[in-house]
Amino acid sequence: MGILDLLSAVLLIIGAAFFLAGTVGLLRFPDVYTRLHALAKADNLGLGFTVLGLVLQAPGVAAGLKLILVWLLALAASATLSFLIARRAFAKGITPWKSEEHEL
Amino acid sequence: MTDLYLILAVFLLINLLAALWQIARGPTPADRLLAALLFGTMGVAVLLLLAYAGGGQTLVDVALVFALLAVITGAAFVRRVWGREGNGHS
Repeated sequence: MGILDLLSAVLLIIGAAFFLAGTVGLLRFPDVYTRLHALAKADNLGLGFTVLGLVLQAPGVAAGLKLILVWLLALAASATLSFLIARRAFAKGITPWKSEEHEL
Repeated sequence: MTDLYLILAVFLLINLLAALWQIARGPTPADRLLAALLFGTMGVAVLLLLAYAGGGQTLVDVALVFALLAVITGAAFVRRVWGREGNGHS
């Protein structure tokens, strides 16, 4: 296993850890806004690390650039969708969650 | 490396199973839709891993289509289904 493979494996495992954080956030956070926060950031970071790990294994420049293109598309998609969902949820009157300490 | 790719792909699929639990739980339609967003990113990652685990570069194209379809699904949901009429918990 060369140094490139090792670096690739480390990046892939970091990516999987971020994906796990996103899933835990989705399950544990209290309302739609905080869940959006967990998904839109942690998951795209996880995808970014996965893509970085795979780029090191890409057979050519074109294949590597295509991987990065997939990530950029996912980033744009996630940003657009998060904005749309949050704006509609707010327009429908779903109030953002507050912790008890702020209500004292 | 192929073993690592496959292990990580299975790990991400288990994460997707946890997201299915979130779909069942709700409580608002948007909470359910968030799982579609998760499929958008995590499904893409699984496809990319499988492409380099021996599936061939065609799967990268499939991943591109997945990322595109996820955002179209979400936009259609917000604009058409989850409209201004009705309350937020319907």
